[in-house]
Amino acid sequence: MSQLNTKHLLGIKNLQPNEIELIFETADNFKDVLNRPIKKVPSLRDITIANVFFENSTRTRLSFELAEKRLSADVINFSSSSSSVKKGETLLDTVNNILAMKVDMVVMRHSSPGAPHFLARHIDANIVNAGDGTHEHPTQALLDTYSIREKLGDVAGKKVVIVGDILHSRVALSNIFALQKLGAEVMVCGPPTLLPKHIKELGVKVELDIKKALEWCEVANILRIQLERQKMAYFPSLREYSQYYGVNKAMLDSLKNPITIMHPGPINRGVEITSDVADSDHAIILQQVENGVAIRMAVLYLLAGITS
Amino acid sequence: MQQRLLLDSKLLEITIQRLCQQLIENHANFSEAVILGMQPRGIFLAQRIKKALDKLLPDETKLGFLDTTFHRDDFRRRDVPLTPSETKVPFLIEDKNVILIDDVLYTGRSVRAALDAMITFGRPSKVELLVLVDRLYSRHIPIEANYVGKRVNTLESQRVQVELKEQGGKDNIWLINTNAE
Repeated sequence: MSQLNTKHLLGIKNLQPNEIELIFETADNFKDVLNRPIKKVPSLRDITIANVFFENSTRTRLSFELAEKRLSADVINFSSSSSSVKKGETLLDTVNNILAMKVDMVVMRHSSPGAPHFLARHIDANIVNAGDGTHEHPTQALLDTYSIREKLGDVAGKKVVIVGDILHSRVALSNIFALQKLGAEVMVCGPPTLLPKHIKELGVKVELDIKKALEWCEVANILRIQLERQKMAYFPSLREYSQYYGVNKAMLDSLKNPITIMHPGPINRGVEITSDVADSDHAIILQQVENGVAIRMAVLYLLAGITS
Repeated sequence: MQQRLLLDSKLLEITIQRLCQQLIENHANFSEAVILGMQPRGIFLAQRIKKALDKLLPDETKLGFLDTTFHRDDFRRRDVPLTPSETKVPFLIEDKNVILIDDVLYTGRSVRAALDAMITFGRPSKVELLVLVDRLYSRHIPIEANYVGKRVNTLESQRVQVELKEQGGKDNIWLINTNAE
């Protein structure tokens, strides 16, 4: 296998396991490039990529931009807060205007689930989904599973628990798909109000007790409490959430086997995870960020290589 | 399919010995030299050369592998993107004499990509090229080898196939007519 079967990366759901493996193998090579004195290769030098962010982002956008620059692509950035979207322009018009400036690829984040799928039906450029509402965030899931593979040697057969706000989390959904496709066992853990009603249909275990969940797993992916999406009161207070679902050092020390802690960022220190856990040797949070650039380089490289 | 044997196991052994003698002759101080095998097929020849050099020289010769995939000029011009191989350069090439090694020199484009890939590891004082087979009069780029195992005059429709025992099988170098009727 040497190429992806898709022109766009819209989600993990429609990727095949061997396509994920191809992305990982390509990322291995880019990770090597990133550790050289000169961290840049000329592969995408005749490609222009637009980063179109209709929703705020720091690390995903920086990571994509860095990946694009390391591949020598030309990069333009767009954010909705300072654009004509505020004047009432439609999504399709905005993107078509950007494409009229001869852009080859679009990396898009949007608050509406399915927005990149809609675009993929209407425009020719390659589209990479950088998060669509509460639906998918494929590159985050790829870098999370890649980091597990790097830390534990393999993803197959590993037990992974995703903790926190599963209901609003695109990271959770993409991670569930990616982990299952690679043969891992997945559990979700969180307050019942933040677990989707039919989550078991996806073939994941559900646990309400954080202690039991951590005892079961080898890797815990702790999600951020998305304060901006808590319009309804899903739990009484942050303090109570942290009391029942926050991961702290004493809890980790009491486990029979040491586990690996992941977090997609940004961390609410003291809410879902305490500082001493986030900064401990168990955590691979910064490795995830480092791997993010390599994974995004691999995705952009493989998608750009598809000519037909 | 018609094919002609260019080198067999015995001739290959003699050729490698000759190439090593030429390398030593041209490098007054071989400790300043490093060899880089070009992925994917130049690495086996590079390993052979290193082994032969180690028998002839007091110090071990440094060997690295260089992948050129991300530096090629035919990205998006092929139907399928090339799959990269491992790059392994566990030493500094700054101010060293680098000897690039590949099995076949044809259009010269791979070597151009290799030169690009190589300078990401530093600025060598000198770069040379060693190839097992040089396909004459077929260059797209003005690049020539310093050390050549065998020079052959070939047609565009022909293919040089290098089979080394490291890849499984025997040592044989063939010139193959691909459209022989």
